[in-house]
Amino acid sequence: MTARVGVVLFPGSNCEFDAVEAIRHLGGDAEIVWHEASSLAGFDAVIIPGGFAHGDYLRPGAIARFSPVMEAVTAFAADGGPVVGICNGFQILTEAGLLPGALQKNAGLKFRCDTAILRVESTNSALTNEATLGAELRIPINHFEGNYTCSTETLAELRDADRIVLRYVENPNGSVDDIAGVCNEGRNVVGLMPHPERASHELLGSTDGRPLLLSLLAAASRQ
Amino acid sequence: MTEPLHRSLGLTDGELDDIVRILGRGPNHLELAMYSVMWSEHCSYKSSRIHLRRFPTDGPDVMVGPGENAGVIDVGDGIAVAMRIESHNHPSAIEPYQGAATGVGGILRDIFTMGARPIALMDPLRFGPLDDPRSRWIAEGVVSGVSGYGNSVGVPTVGGEAVFDSTYQDNPLVNVFCLGILPHERLVLGQATGEGNLAVLLGSTTGRDGIGGVSVLASAGFSDAEADAAKRPSVQVGDPFEEKRLIEACLELLDARLVVGIQDLGGAGLTCATSETASRGGVGMDVYVWAVPRREEGMEPFEVMTSESQERMLAIVEPDSLDRVLEICRRWEVRASVIGTVTEGGALRILDATGPHDAAGATVFADVPAASLHEDAPLYDRPLAPPADLAARRADDPAAQLAPDDLGAALLDMLCDNTWISSQYDSQLFLNTVVGPGGDATVLRLKDPATGADTGRGLALTADGNHRWCAVDPRRGASAVMAEAVMNLATVGARPLAMVNCLNFGNPEHPEVMWQLSEAIDGLADACRALGIPVVGGNVSLYNESRGADIDPTPVVAVLGMVDTLVRRPPGIGLVDGGRLLVLGDGPTSLAGSLWAWRQGLRGGELPELDVASLQATAGVLRSLVLNDLVQAAHDVSSGGLGLALAEMAVVSGVGWSVARIHDHQGLFGEGSGRAVLCVAPEHLAEVEERCEAAGVAVARIGEAGGSALKIKDLLDVDLAAATSAWRDRLPAALGGGTTQG
Repeated sequence: MTARVGVVLFPGSNCEFDAVEAIRHLGGDAEIVWHEASSLAGFDAVIIPGGFAHGDYLRPGAIARFSPVMEAVTAFAADGGPVVGICNGFQILTEAGLLPGALQKNAGLKFRCDTAILRVESTNSALTNEATLGAELRIPINHFEGNYTCSTETLAELRDADRIVLRYVENPNGSVDDIAGVCNEGRNVVGLMPHPERASHELLGSTDGRPLLLSLLAAASRQ
Repeated sequence: MTEPLHRSLGLTDGELDDIVRILGRGPNHLELAMYSVMWSEHCSYKSSRIHLRRFPTDGPDVMVGPGENAGVIDVGDGIAVAMRIESHNHPSAIEPYQGAATGVGGILRDIFTMGARPIALMDPLRFGPLDDPRSRWIAEGVVSGVSGYGNSVGVPTVGGEAVFDSTYQDNPLVNVFCLGILPHERLVLGQATGEGNLAVLLGSTTGRDGIGGVSVLASAGFSDAEADAAKRPSVQVGDPFEEKRLIEACLELLDARLVVGIQDLGGAGLTCATSETASRGGVGMDVYVWAVPRREEGMEPFEVMTSESQERMLAIVEPDSLDRVLEICRRWEVRASVIGTVTEGGALRILDATGPHDAAGATVFADVPAASLHEDAPLYDRPLAPPADLAARRADDPAAQLAPDDLGAALLDMLCDNTWISSQYDSQLFLNTVVGPGGDATVLRLKDPATGADTGRGLALTADGNHRWCAVDPRRGASAVMAEAVMNLATVGARPLAMVNCLNFGNPEHPEVMWQLSEAIDGLADACRALGIPVVGGNVSLYNESRGADIDPTPVVAVLGMVDTLVRRPPGIGLVDGGRLLVLGDGPTSLAGSLWAWRQGLRGGELPELDVASLQATAGVLRSLVLNDLVQAAHDVSSGGLGLALAEMAVVSGVGWSVARIHDHQGLFGEGSGRAVLCVAPEHLAEVEERCEAAGVAVARIGEAGGSALKIKDLLDVDLAAATSAWRDRLPAALGGGTTQG
């Protein structure tokens, strides 16, 4: 059965079409979920896409965490459902407390749209189970607030529990320990700043995002 | 202050006489304010209209030509493309961040008001020199503004230009282009029809920001810093989140066929939107001025009617559809208020009312023929004259100047990587960007806007301008700009479909500036006519003056092209080790107007005339070479001549070259139309040369790619690493990590 992915749309989101297109291109089924929805019934996985939810007012994700859909996302995650936050989606997941840490302004204090090389550091997560450990992936980044930070204790915990799933080979934004993506304790919730959906088609210059999105579809199929 | 009111609003005595004649009486303050904004240079094109008529505007694919909010082109498969370019030069000079940000916001509204989803922005930017602190401040603020607004509103910035030259000191050129895509059946025009239909104002509240922006700011020159600072309140403030919700709400309203017409509010605000929609529909409109949601207390009717507060749209809605319109707006958190009613006759009336319920018998604040604001603006045939010393200038050929001692240093000085700018823009959103910023032309996948299905074809875009060529000869310079655009498109395998232009010039009250404008329009029009490229829109920005002098004439064109088969990424400009270097095309070149001459302070000479047939043949063969995958790299030869083109190909790829057959600085830095450098794998060399010969296009082998130096026998030997750092470090060193604004 085709895995069904819900892509959450907040006012101000802008990568929702891209996530839907990439998932469908890889054989999955994807549908937009409005931020006022109170249930995610019928979905096998959830993507919180990039953009500027609620204008990033106050700070990225700070208002989005109060959108009604986030209660449903929290419940979905608590049941073990795969949830991936991409870019602004990662910021929202940290604000909602579903992932540890926070994303602050880039070290260079500039917005940065570029291609980063990521190393797969763990294949035990909803986003990396089909990837190759140690593989280097060329994936676009596109953010102003992508500089991952967390307390020393949290960092130790993330390292010890193999929860740092992706690292930058060359750190573009000042993230602590070169962190590009992390997962929760259950390994079903993953956040990353880079955009795998932007590396899903030959004409776009890289298809290295595919193993990540295929991992999500695989995790969804197991639901 | 004893200056009469009309003059302080920017109207001449003669224009006041016209208003009195139209009304059959003297205008009151509100009416005067409305005429002053609508008859401003910015809104009425009163100095340029007479010349703009010479552009060829028809073509088999043109669905909407100039005069509407955007030009619309049929691109096949039931898909249309809307495109427009605008300037936001003066606001950006005063307040760089907001000036640029609201420039982006304004151009987006022009596109989605046609029913198109905006999918790409380009920003041709021109600033003063990098060694001038204020120019750096302006450049950084403008780039931050484009980045801050464009990224957040969710439309990728896929290309543009950045030019630094003293002619733009204190008066940057911030041109903004937007392209949108729509199914044919969603096309909608900015007109009001149907007596009794409602005018619904969507989006932001109306404040005192931007009052008189078009007349005070955009239609006059600059005087001194203190006076300019006083104009800062005439610059609007942008809110990309409001705009994003407005885009989604409007596209949903159009998809649901709930509006009969829609118009954005830009320059001249409500006055413009109400009078233009009524005038185009041949109707009148009653406006309930106190129904307009206001941001501040105590606003006067003239402030409400001329405010340029951003992120607002005016939709014309049948009364039966109102509830569904309000529901969609509620969902997107977009404010929607009924502020007027379409009426019979042609009168635009501003009423002392809060809605239809208290309009009967209300005081009439203003009562003017709607069409008179829109269509009866004065038309000036301003005096024009070539510069008195034109003949002497043309005789002053820079080739007479001795060659510099160190051509290598001159070349290094020309290299400039714009990644510092483009990397601050999201260039990839919507998964369309096959070639983004940094190439000769941008390439986007063409997907069906209704279904998302890939058509297997691509849209190509290029934005080009060259003030040096146009300063030497505005007519031939403008033609050469079009030629460059056509060659840029050919390097990615695209054929041109349509052009829009932004004409940035000095003070139209100077006869030499009007001559430049007229000549440049002829140069563009002649080239477009000969090339079969329709002009589907344009913008004129006058009164661009730097430290008391008119800027060099700067027509900027944005040209849309079609890649008929997009199955692989175009080759790009990067060299491949071992590839053979060829020069395609052998048209005449000159140092006149060249980057090299300008750097020496040499502004004279004569440009070669454009040979359209030769350009067509060269671009045609280049397209076929690219589409048949016969070249490893292709780069248009433009500013900086062969030398800079070759150097750019080396620094982006990290592959040097060794070249012969360039004998002197004229060969190295001379500029002319219709040339490209190709890098060709040895096994394809014969086929490439055969195809060129068959097409009657000259092609010459000049060398080979490889090594870690840029070497021309007996002329040049530059270390590739030195060239790379000169190229890469120029903007970061000047503009730095720097401060951020906004």
